[in-house]
Amino acid sequence: MLVIVPAWNEQESVGPTVREILGVHPEVDVLVVDDGSGDATAERAEAAGARVARLPFNLGVGGAMRTGYRHAVREGYDVAVQIDADGQHDPRFLPSLIAELDHADICIGVRFAKPDDPYTVRGPRRWAMYLLAKVLSRLAGTRLTDVTSGFRACNRRAMKVFAEHYPAEYLGDTVESLVIATRVGCTITQVPIDMRRRTAGTASASPVRAALFLFRAVVALGLALVRKWPANFDEGVVGEAGPLPLDVA
Amino acid sequence: MNSATVLGLAAAVIVVITLFEMLRRHRLREKYALIWFVLAMGSLTVAVFPALLFGLADLLNVQVPSNLVFFIASLLLLAMSLQHSFEIGKLEERTRTLAEEVALLRLDADATAPGRMTAPNAAEPTDRSVE
Repeated sequence: MLVIVPAWNEQESVGPTVREILGVHPEVDVLVVDDGSGDATAERAEAAGARVARLPFNLGVGGAMRTGYRHAVREGYDVAVQIDADGQHDPRFLPSLIAELDHADICIGVRFAKPDDPYTVRGPRRWAMYLLAKVLSRLAGTRLTDVTSGFRACNRRAMKVFAEHYPAEYLGDTVESLVIATRVGCTITQVPIDMRRRTAGTASASPVRAALFLFRAVVALGLALVRKWPANFDEGVVGEAGPLPLDVA
Repeated sequence: MNSATVLGLAAAVIVVITLFEMLRRHRLREKYALIWFVLAMGSLTVAVFPALLFGLADLLNVQVPSNLVFFIASLLLLAMSLQHSFEIGKLEERTRTLAEEVALLRLDADATAPGRMTAPNAAEPTDRSVE
């Protein structure tokens, strides 16, 4: 099993996160994907016992995750788990996620699944998450309550999909990747987890940013739904030899 | 020769000379030069034979022929900037893929040569300055 931890300028939290994962599950391999950090993220992660893949510049979570999944596929891991480096995901929930992989390809660790959850959001951000959850639930044919969670486990089948297609755009890393997975026939399930509060920084607290989040969520979701998958970027739409589209005008 | 003809001719000639120089200095790939060359030739033709433009405007029921020129020109420019956006997107996707592969190759290199474990860190400052 491989645990992938995407990290960008997380030098304070990446060490404890890795140590905690290895402390609870000494048998797993931890790969920290350093997403072009300017600080000591890579060194701290290495010191904590993780292997570190260093991206030459910042690609966003999508790029970091695709790197991780490519590594997982090539090295022949059966299960890949993704955990955020900021320490908000408790690795003790790992076995319950992995247990779900018996009857699903992807398992998301979600908050909001329990009524007494301390983590609450309000306003446009809440509507956005509700909308995303509704649409994704419909696509996946199962009830999903929080699709933006960065805590997920996948089997080899889903891993191969993510190694090929893991969008780099904003929200693409969580929402669109799930849409892609359902499109190619992967099954998704969820388990409730307790999400710890972030140690530093809050997720888009101001109303303006929350509204922006809603807007971007709708755009990302809309695009994900109408796009053709699997995509083939390298071939391009017109191909290498294709001249400029004169006929457009 | 009226002034409009001279202006059109001058613009077309400048574009063609610039294209030729850029191609000669390997600053431009043929596939991009072709479209600009075609456009330059088109505007040259219209400059020399304005009757073509008037005829076309008449055919399309455009009352002011110059408006037809603006319309076609803006459509062409739109098409070309769209094409460039597409090309940039493709390049970004490739750069991203390369960056990911580089990270994995460095990971492999570190694994196969454990003595180098600390070397990438030492090389870090030079790497960053290149970016």
